[in-house]
Amino acid sequence: MTLAQILLFAEGDADGPSGLTLELATKARTLADTVTAFAPAHGEAMAAELGAHGVSTVYALEGLGDGLAGVHAAAALAGHIDATSPDAVFFGQTTDGRDTAARLAVLADRPVSTNNVGAEVVDGGIVTEEPIFGGTQNIFTAYRAPAPALAMFRPKSFEAEPSGGGAAAVESVAAVDPGEAGRAAVTGRHAGERSGPQLDDAAGVVSGGRGLGQPEAYSMVDELAGLLGAASGASRAIVDAGWVPYAKQVGQTGKVVKPNVYIACGISGATQHLVGMKGSKNIVAINKDPEAPIFGVADLGIVGDVHKVMPALIEALKSR
Amino acid sequence: MKVVVCVKQIPDPAIPGELVPETGTLNRDDKLILDESDSYGVEMALQLAEAAGGGQVSLVSMAPRSETSGLRTALAMGADDAVLISDDALAGSDALGTAKVLGAAISELEADLVLAGVESSDGYTGTVPEMIAGVMGLPSITFAKQIEISDGVASVQRQTEAGYDQVECALPAVVSVTAGVVEPRYPSFKGIMAAKKKPVDSKDLAALGIDAAAVGVAGARQETVEVTDAPEREAGEIITDEGDAHANIVEFLTELKVI
Repeated sequence: MTLAQILLFAEGDADGPSGLTLELATKARTLADTVTAFAPAHGEAMAAELGAHGVSTVYALEGLGDGLAGVHAAAALAGHIDATSPDAVFFGQTTDGRDTAARLAVLADRPVSTNNVGAEVVDGGIVTEEPIFGGTQNIFTAYRAPAPALAMFRPKSFEAEPSGGGAAAVESVAAVDPGEAGRAAVTGRHAGERSGPQLDDAAGVVSGGRGLGQPEAYSMVDELAGLLGAASGASRAIVDAGWVPYAKQVGQTGKVVKPNVYIACGISGATQHLVGMKGSKNIVAINKDPEAPIFGVADLGIVGDVHKVMPALIEALKSR
Repeated sequence: MKVVVCVKQIPDPAIPGELVPETGTLNRDDKLILDESDSYGVEMALQLAEAAGGGQVSLVSMAPRSETSGLRTALAMGADDAVLISDDALAGSDALGTAKVLGAAISELEADLVLAGVESSDGYTGTVPEMIAGVMGLPSITFAKQIEISDGVASVQRQTEAGYDQVECALPAVVSVTAGVVEPRYPSFKGIMAAKKKPVDSKDLAALGIDAAAVGVAGARQETVEVTDAPEREAGEIITDEGDAHANIVEFLTELKVI
């Protein structure tokens, strides 16, 4: 049994939809006869790929300008869901996804189901799956408020696969003035430098944590990642400490990665971190504490000092 | 300037959590402590008040059993006073129910700025600050990694997937701050002693004029249908480094054809 329509909160840029948006489109089309999308920006640019992943129509918000996506998208979405009656609205667990779902929840007086990694249709309603307690348990929750169910999903919960469809139709949606609540304005956008493999889609990830001892030691992580053609990542501890930017954070509040190989260097393995990487196919851990939780998920664990093991490993790889 | 900071008091994250079987919500029966995520909001509020040449920093918290342990920690850091909403009918509230309660309590305080952590360390929905703004009809800037206030305007670096956006907003507004944005101060002995005498205004739902049906488990309108154990990842080979463990990693990577 499937739902009639799922509406997707579609995010992306001038190059097309985000990977997470396509993951959600792929999942949504297994749950509903029709998948539509609402785009706060770049609707036109995303239409081809969204269509290729099963979306029939993209509703493109006009005139977001320098406004923050959340409050403006929610104002327009409130009317849009009244007019089009989707059974569920799916959001990615992103900054704008969270803002929009939260604002819409207030406007429509509906709960939001968050941090999900799975969804199914049971008795005509949505049941979502959320990992809890550091991913040791999963809780399945049925949405009991009136449709549409508002549900948010973590990245990498589903695999994006094209359906072979043509470009989605694009329909404009007029902006709705959110009043005083909409007065925050973006005055500048700053993108971090993106060089080398990206955490999201790298086949290998090398991450460093507090066990590195000092910020300068992170260069070993970069060097090892470079030698393996891998992306470099970090635990929350050293991001909070300001050693590396947030964009490198792997974990519950950072990126979720599922590479072929994950090498954790000086990371103890707090649940916060494990949630973001334990889906990796192969895990190597180097840590001096034999009791560190990271060894519980490692395929190969080295109990040792990162300052000895990493330089030796780097030398060995260089001499090959 | 008057800054209101939302603080959550949570079960100690160092102790393994458990669910209340009937509701599928987190068991909060033991002592609660200040969520570390919120210590950044408290510190930010104190710094902004200091930068403004003085001001009032008030805390707002919703917690069971009139719990104040976490509030006292934040008061000891330097906050001036607190409002605590406690009511048996609030047990099992979801993010929206929580935001309705906090929003109603904050509305009575005439704040110039409302601060909160981006997400709590126990529920981590990351939606409550934006919902509070929605309930109060205020603008909001979430995921702040830097805040400056000048002439009644907040200039905020808002973290994005790509980097950050510079965002400006005339106050009043709700701003949620990321962990690590500032270095939370440790309460001094003097601060801890002073905190014991700082005013905590306790309220129940009736005092805020909120219908009990809109909050708690009933208001959440979600039903736990099943809780399962996630498949455990099998632990692999553990080797103690005797100076040549790097060779084991090289071998492992070779087997995987990574190198």
